[in-house]
Amino acid sequence: MMANRIVVDPIARIEGHLRVEAEVKDGKIAEAYSSGTSVRGIELILEGRDPRDVWAFTQRICGVCTTTHALCSVRAVEHALDIKIPKNANLIRNIMNEAQFLHDHTVHFYHLHALDWVDVVSALDADPNETSRIAQSISDWPNSSPGYFKDVQNKVKKVVESGQLGIFANGYWGHPLYKLPPEVNLLAVAHYLEALDWQKEFVKIHTILGGKNPHPHYVVGGMATPIDINSDNAIHAERLMHISKIIDQAREFVNKVYIPDLLAIGSYYKDWLHGDSQKNYIVYGDFPTGDIRDVETYRAPRGIILDGDLSKVYDFDLADKNQIQEFIDRSYYVYNDGKDSGGRHPSEGETNLKYSGPNLPYDYLDVDKKYSWVKAPRWKNKPMETGPLARVLVGYASGREDYVETVNEALQTLDVPVEALHSAIGRMIARGLETKIVAEWLRNDMDELLNNIKNGDQTTFDRSKWDPKTWPKNTSGIGWMEAPRGSLGHWTHIVDGKIHNYQAVVPTTWNASPADNNGNIGPLEASIKGTPIADPKRPLEILRIVHSYDPCLSCAVHLTDLENKETTKIMLG
Amino acid sequence: MLQTKKRNTIYDEVLARGFTRRDFLKMCTALAATMGLTFKESEKVVQAMETAKRVPVLWLQFQACTGCTESFIRASHPKVESVLLDMISLEFSDVLSAASGEALEEAMQNVIREYAGEYVLVCEGAVPDDTYCQLGGKGAQEVLKEAAKDAKFIITFGSCASWGGIQAAKPNPTNARPIKDIVKNKQIVRVPGCPPIAEVMTGVIAHVITFGKLPELDQHGRPKAFYRHRIHDKCNRRAYFDAGLFAESFDDIGAKQGYCLYKLGCKGPTTYASCAEMRWNGGTSYPIQSGNPCIGCTEKDFWDNGPFFERRAKIPGTQTTINPDKVGFALTGVALAGVAAHAAATAVKKKIDEKSSEERSE
Repeated sequence: MMANRIVVDPIARIEGHLRVEAEVKDGKIAEAYSSGTSVRGIELILEGRDPRDVWAFTQRICGVCTTTHALCSVRAVEHALDIKIPKNANLIRNIMNEAQFLHDHTVHFYHLHALDWVDVVSALDADPNETSRIAQSISDWPNSSPGYFKDVQNKVKKVVESGQLGIFANGYWGHPLYKLPPEVNLLAVAHYLEALDWQKEFVKIHTILGGKNPHPHYVVGGMATPIDINSDNAIHAERLMHISKIIDQAREFVNKVYIPDLLAIGSYYKDWLHGDSQKNYIVYGDFPTGDIRDVETYRAPRGIILDGDLSKVYDFDLADKNQIQEFIDRSYYVYNDGKDSGGRHPSEGETNLKYSGPNLPYDYLDVDKKYSWVKAPRWKNKPMETGPLARVLVGYASGREDYVETVNEALQTLDVPVEALHSAIGRMIARGLETKIVAEWLRNDMDELLNNIKNGDQTTFDRSKWDPKTWPKNTSGIGWMEAPRGSLGHWTHIVDGKIHNYQAVVPTTWNASPADNNGNIGPLEASIKGTPIADPKRPLEILRIVHSYDPCLSCAVHLTDLENKETTKIMLG
Repeated sequence: MLQTKKRNTIYDEVLARGFTRRDFLKMCTALAATMGLTFKESEKVVQAMETAKRVPVLWLQFQACTGCTESFIRASHPKVESVLLDMISLEFSDVLSAASGEALEEAMQNVIREYAGEYVLVCEGAVPDDTYCQLGGKGAQEVLKEAAKDAKFIITFGSCASWGGIQAAKPNPTNARPIKDIVKNKQIVRVPGCPPIAEVMTGVIAHVITFGKLPELDQHGRPKAFYRHRIHDKCNRRAYFDAGLFAESFDDIGAKQGYCLYKLGCKGPTTYASCAEMRWNGGTSYPIQSGNPCIGCTEKDFWDNGPFFERRAKIPGTQTTINPDKVGFALTGVALAGVAAHAAATAVKKKIDEKSSEERSE
């Protein structure tokens, strides 16, 4: 029975612990199952904590998209306490999240996803002169001489010849699905190394504004980092110019390295259009120029697309208990009343951890029963994909100028229709295009910050509700945002100045969810299903599709029940 | 399969990459600086690098957020590229490995088999009861024990692997434990922090790789070179603490002037880490410099030592409650006494920690 079952576990080049099992029939994947295999229970740990501390706890949900859960958390608490943050604080938070998008997407492209398309070993056969010619034909990035590429080639050569391949050990090198000529492989390897160097400089924006990276600091009510252009111990002209310089260098790197590479690599794979999900997309929206609660001021789009129909964008309501619900029918939980199926709105979420999978160690999951620590969020019972592709399509379908222009230009360059974006390669392209768009927002927000300071506003923090005595006795709030991997929501309930209940529904919970009460499979599972597979022993196709979602399993699996702690242990999102 | 037995020294590798001996010596000097060695001692690094081979490293993640790996790739000296291509051979990494599934497990098995007693095991994350963390269909404890058995050294990066971390915070719903609680008979270097500073991580790796032995450790197994002092001892706001000048709120005049953040909950006085000295991301800043009170993320159980924004009633090492409105003034006139008091506080804090560590191991 299991003869045709492919198991991919552990899956590297993602965050956290994900397992995929797939049934192969007639050279195609007939069924696919994605399973989150680890859980931490951070929300149970949040019970009784000071709401002003929660950003630090939730931030540790994920260190790759570091910053995002902290931001979402302070927004949820500020919503519950009705705090409006100063303009500078909003700009700084936008700058930090935009910086996170640029960092995360670039690192994903080069270090987490590229090796599914780029054959490192093939780069050894490249003619560096030809690589140089190609590089100069697609970009005026200065590191493009034949000597430069020869050096990179030598580095790779020595690693391969040493017999210690390190991070490149046991890759599916030579797999027939690798289509790039050696010269383009060499170009990509060179930029893999350059991007590794670049990203460490880029995060300094977080270090200046939040003290460190990963895990910069936040504060409820604004930002703690003070601005005083005449103090030696605050954000002053030198610090501002440091950020400004990094932003310009980032825009240059994105436009001269990332985007040209993306389109060059994309052009070789534009016929490999596998990996579409159910084509339902959800986007909460973010990057407000005004208050976060005023959705009209968002620069990122907001809305829902169903069945791939770009002619209509639907609205949604995070507070409506009949819209977003999380199901546990195929996840390792039970409800307090003993039922082990059904869905709940996050504000009423309740689940007890109860592992019912096979005994350890095991060869295969029992996929006819419960098979994941990830729950199954649905919008009006529909599985929804979230992330860069969702944002780009919702922006495009909403007629947002920057999205329409950027997308059309890329489609023209690649000579593909917009429908081609419903695919693994489409996710990769969308991620890059979004980076290009967000890079401009980053510049604009920095200019706006400089302008606001110039006009005499140096305030970053609103202290009026810092003291718990000013808080309502019983209050709740919702924080939402766009994280690099998609739409993120935190639901919080505060009683007597302490956290009473906390829930997060995160992008990878949407994307990597198992089946639900109706038997509808999750977006990642749907994407893998139906894909032809060349060599079941070396399932490169599965890796391409999994990586196209940039999954984060620590994010996906972490929710806890805070209501019934006598019997309960954990609740998952 | 490209695995062969042929192995070059790091010096060979560097030359083979087209660098000169002069470049090689420069690299060694930079490394020595990272490890806190004097210029004179850098000769040791040169000798070691001339004979050392790229050491195979397995980097396992358990209950983790990947923040430690992310921090590691931010290293500026030595650069992470140089670490990966010149110093170590990172054969298993959840983040960077090209391979997945069977191919990746095979890469790990190759190292365990062919480099028994020679490879370094790096751990990130805490280890809970098995069903809460399954890797490749196995329980995390089994995977850890198998990888630890023939490792030459074990380094635990981050507060989760070192102390249990966030998932071990009360009520610790998954029974999360530090690596040392699972692997008991091995030498383990604890490198705590949430995450640790990148150059502290590469500094420890560089030390182990270059000298083939562990750095000097304190009673908690932390390398002294990076965890000897409290942040408070070298804080850029320290002068204001001594002068009794405290920020009363975020973004107030004191915060803007650089006054001490103790009243806003800063845990710098009880936190052993290099943040104030090395700073973060290539020396750019650290939380306190950027106006944020330290949350004490290198300390054991710091998650349960909050609230983060309330000041500690006592500064360890003193028997009476310190009133920060007075303490500074008292010390202003007697700066030397102040320094001595802090030195004493440090020593007492260590004693307390030592004691609690003994209690734990009993």
